[in-house]
Amino acid sequence: MDKSLEPIVKQLQEKFGATYEEFRGEAHCLVKPEQIIDVLAALRDGHQFELLSAQTAVDYYPQTSPRFHVIYQLTSLAHNLSVQVRVPVNGDQPKIPTATRLYQSANWREREIFDMFGIEFEGHPDPRRILMPDGSEGHPLRKDFPLGYEEPQFSFNFDEIDLRKPYAKE
Amino acid sequence: MGVEQKLGNMGVVTTTLENVVNWSRTGAMWPMLFGLACCAIEMMAAQAAHYDMSRFGMELMRASPRQSDLMIVAGRVSKKMGPVLRRLYDQMPEPKWVLAMGDCASCGGVFNNYAIYQGVDEVVPVDIYVAGCPPRPEALIHGVLTLHEKVKGDKFKDLAADIK
Repeated sequence: MDKSLEPIVKQLQEKFGATYEEFRGEAHCLVKPEQIIDVLAALRDGHQFELLSAQTAVDYYPQTSPRFHVIYQLTSLAHNLSVQVRVPVNGDQPKIPTATRLYQSANWREREIFDMFGIEFEGHPDPRRILMPDGSEGHPLRKDFPLGYEEPQFSFNFDEIDLRKPYAKE
Repeated sequence: MGVEQKLGNMGVVTTTLENVVNWSRTGAMWPMLFGLACCAIEMMAAQAAHYDMSRFGMELMRASPRQSDLMIVAGRVSKKMGPVLRRLYDQMPEPKWVLAMGDCASCGGVFNNYAIYQGVDEVVPVDIYVAGCPPRPEALIHGVLTLHEKVKGDKFKDLAADIK
């Protein structure tokens, strides 16, 4: 961990009870879902982490608590620092407060996380899908989402599968 | 020389209307460019000087569906592109043909996943499938010539039934 990050991480641990983990020299702070807005506000306003450089999620299926981690990668251009805030969330239909009031760039990223993982962001100004077509079902980056949907046709089962294929009408 | 000698002074040839119409259709196809991926690069190469698709009466790709009668789908069709493709197909005047160029447009290719149609025949009816990943320009030209053979065999009564 960068030396100048130590007081910041210490503050998060004391004020929010954050758990600290280090992975290949990168600082990861795990916080509770209901605290995430306060944590982001403290980092942005108190330590000049003015850039949300990435926001994403991970699915730890079949584990259910936590099933997902929502990840915020914050960068401070003023101090040349980077810190990762991870929020473990439980269950299949998780909800977490939106970060759009603090970081405008969170808008489309939260839409992407909703589209791909089905994590709902409460208070999001525009909670629609962003990548998949509007009517589509499921969230493709979940580990329990089925892989490819078409069976390979071989010579022995070609006709049988061909009957089931959804060919376009004229 | 040739036809003039055989005809003498008559200046008349007898044939069927079907033959004349089908021949004129094969000689002047207007492809609509639908380049979606790397197949489009081979499609461009097929039109360029080295392979020169204009030898077969189709040197010009139209960007408008209303000026074209052959749709060359060159590349993988994503689920979001499907409705767009169908809408453009519906705007093309009859008679119209679709050529699925490459493995992705024919059957999904290597992309057996949630985002890609497993063959453009789920969206529009396809006349000719060209295999290859991507097909070389020769293969595309062979596909077009195969389509010409198909068009030459068209019967008016079948076309009329299709349009109904």
